[in-house]
Amino acid sequence: MTGGIIETLTMYLSYPFVRYALIVGVLVALSASLLGVVLVLRRLSYIGDGLAHVAFGAMAIATVMNVTNNMLLVLPITILFSILLLHGGRRVKIQGDAAIAMMSVGALAIGYILFNLFPPKGGNVSGDVCTTLFGSTSILTLSRQEVWLSIGLSAGVVLLFVLFYNRVFALTFDGEFAAATGMNTGLYNIAIAVVIATVISLAMNLVGSLLISALLVFPALSAMRVYKSFRAVVICSAVFGVVAALAGILVSILAGTPVGATIVAADIAGFLLFTLAGLMKGRIQG
Amino acid sequence: MALLTCDNLSVGYEGRPVAKDIQFAVHPGDYLCIVGENGSGKTTLMKTILGLLPPLSGTLKTQGEGRRIGYLPQQSAAQRDFPASVKEVVLSGCLNQGRGLFYTKAQKERARHNMERLDVWKLQNRCYRELSGGQQQRALLARALCAADTMLLLDEPAAGLDPQITEDMYQVIEQLNQAGLTIIMITHDVAASLTYASHILHVAGTPLYFGPKAGYLQSPEGRRYAQEGKA
Repeated sequence: MTGGIIETLTMYLSYPFVRYALIVGVLVALSASLLGVVLVLRRLSYIGDGLAHVAFGAMAIATVMNVTNNMLLVLPITILFSILLLHGGRRVKIQGDAAIAMMSVGALAIGYILFNLFPPKGGNVSGDVCTTLFGSTSILTLSRQEVWLSIGLSAGVVLLFVLFYNRVFALTFDGEFAAATGMNTGLYNIAIAVVIATVISLAMNLVGSLLISALLVFPALSAMRVYKSFRAVVICSAVFGVVAALAGILVSILAGTPVGATIVAADIAGFLLFTLAGLMKGRIQG
Repeated sequence: MALLTCDNLSVGYEGRPVAKDIQFAVHPGDYLCIVGENGSGKTTLMKTILGLLPPLSGTLKTQGEGRRIGYLPQQSAAQRDFPASVKEVVLSGCLNQGRGLFYTKAQKERARHNMERLDVWKLQNRCYRELSGGQQQRALLARALCAADTMLLLDEPAAGLDPQITEDMYQVIEQLNQAGLTIIMITHDVAASLTYASHILHVAGTPLYFGPKAGYLQSPEGRRYAQEGKA
């Protein structure tokens, strides 16, 4: 039985597209789980969801316009909205959460209308929408170029996070104190908005826009069940995200389940496990 | 030489003033209490002093060591369940002590010194959210001291603390003041400001009083507040 599984896996791993999927999946999960800690702790988890829908709308525009590389359009649009939400949000009269809800549903509807009015050549509308929302097959059709793009971007995210770790902590724990004691918080907020938008646009390829929130939120929330220092939560969240993505992709290959949804299922299982571990830890200490 | 001087200062949001004609100066070693009711512009004034809001009109000048102000904010709901160790919180106050990406030996030493000073050194690896209210305030005070050790701005430092811990907190602040720190404290607690402050600024849209404590007790506002015991 075990021999059979390993044999099947080895067989699948000999295909480049499966290896590409594994590499990109793990890297995107790693970046998302790092940023997720910041979003969850700043009570901004919902922004991930809103931006994912904006990315969906942008993706629809890109598909309709027959842009060769979707990313060229999706990335700038998502970054723009991300900055508006994270930075300009304070000045806009509409409440933050309402603005996100509005933007999220609006982008989704416009995207869907576009797909219907201008069906992509030779494609079927519901199939394309389904792929963009749930990322069911796109991760298995990655080109070599896209793999390198993912590697570069996630390396950038990890590097930035490590280099600016102390400032990220100060900004997340108490932005007002950081600003009052001389930190340029406006600049850092824009930088974070850009990085988040980049990761979300990237993650569209993996789990599709609907399930991106899961990649952002589950690792951080799980880590917070067990660990109580920022450093431990960050490290645990990164490891959790990578393991869940790896497990999800491998299971989906073996069981033939949709990739994105299987990764999220792995995230849910991990979250339940960590919740249990947190409860037991609390009982031992308490 | 004054560390901080405000001349005809108006503070507010988006061009709408909340408090006008504010005039006061803070000298080294002062213990200034800013009192007033809710909505009187205390918090807006504080944000302006910290540079988080631009002044609407008038001038706010800081000189020498007054340029660096340590700040003890009111705790937000988000912080109460933030996973962070006391050490991480206090160290983050040292960020403005250097331009490097990582903490230097000197910055760690500064954090250690201030943790010992506020008696939270033994708690350094404890989780911030699991500390008592008083211990959390001490940790945040240590962080503020890391950022600046000449002038501290405290926003309702005793809010939400029980009476014993409140008294304890005021003692700690008093000791810091006696050790030479300049204190600006925003508070509802008139009794405490009358006990500890050297100067009082009473704001209510426009300043009703600024000057030494003794003078405040002679002023109509001061007499009324001293009798009522709260602002």
